[in-house]
Amino acid sequence: MNSTVTKREIDLDLLKQGNRGELAALVEQFSNPVYRIAMNILHSEQDAEDIIQETFIKVFHGIRNFEGRSSLATWIYRIAVNEALMATRRRKGNLVSIDAEIDMGEGETNPVEIEDWCCRPEVETMDAELRREMDKAVAGLPEKLRIVFQLRDMEDLSIRETAQVLGLTDSAVKTRLLRARLILREELTHYFQGTSQGQ
Amino acid sequence: MDHDNCSELLKSIEDYLDGDIQPEVCTRLEEHLRGCQNCRIVVDTLRKTISLYHDEACQEMMPDKMREHLYMELNLLDYLPGTRE
Repeated sequence: MNSTVTKREIDLDLLKQGNRGELAALVEQFSNPVYRIAMNILHSEQDAEDIIQETFIKVFHGIRNFEGRSSLATWIYRIAVNEALMATRRRKGNLVSIDAEIDMGEGETNPVEIEDWCCRPEVETMDAELRREMDKAVAGLPEKLRIVFQLRDMEDLSIRETAQVLGLTDSAVKTRLLRARLILREELTHYFQGTSQGQ
Repeated sequence: MDHDNCSELLKSIEDYLDGDIQPEVCTRLEEHLRGCQNCRIVVDTLRKTISLYHDEACQEMMPDKMREHLYMELNLLDYLPGTRE
């Protein structure tokens, strides 16, 4: 059942008419990315499941009023992100604003570790240990950076679409994306340095 | 862009990685990369970092049970992949 989903053009008119086949096609195409977004924000399958259901219920209810000013994907991801962030706030009992400024202390983004690990065998095979390290690194990113990185680099949204989903400027997205990419590169470099020393 | 100021590279690296860079800045940057091994390693490992996460994301799917619950909740169980003739 969990094979790669083939993307096809979703017919907006059919969706608005409540065509069940088209609604099912929409769910099939967007349920995996919505799952990943929810998991990345909430880190809990139970909470993610509630958010996924809530997201698609809102999508189904709102589709008649969807004007197409953004892409369908952007609209759906925006609902999913908002739902997941609200759940986080309810759980933590505090407010985390996605559009708050990030402290980009001077020199903080400069790469420190220089090691060329691109051709290491474990990179090619992406073994279980590397995956664990990657998951740990991305989970360790500040939420504001993690969401930007996920939408742009993991879900293939453009800078503009990512900005639309999060209600940010393009330049804020670029700043956060660079910071996230550099932190993850640094973490993976540390990891590969450690595995070199252990050999 | 000289080798004493490699941090200059960071100002353009984001646009360079995303292929959204002015041609003249791209030329200067690539010239710099040809002569600066450290910057070349940073760019290569950044690219690899992005591609690793992208590839990993493509493999992360919603569990089958959760998918079934979702289709049930949306009253689309008859459209659940793998259940239609």
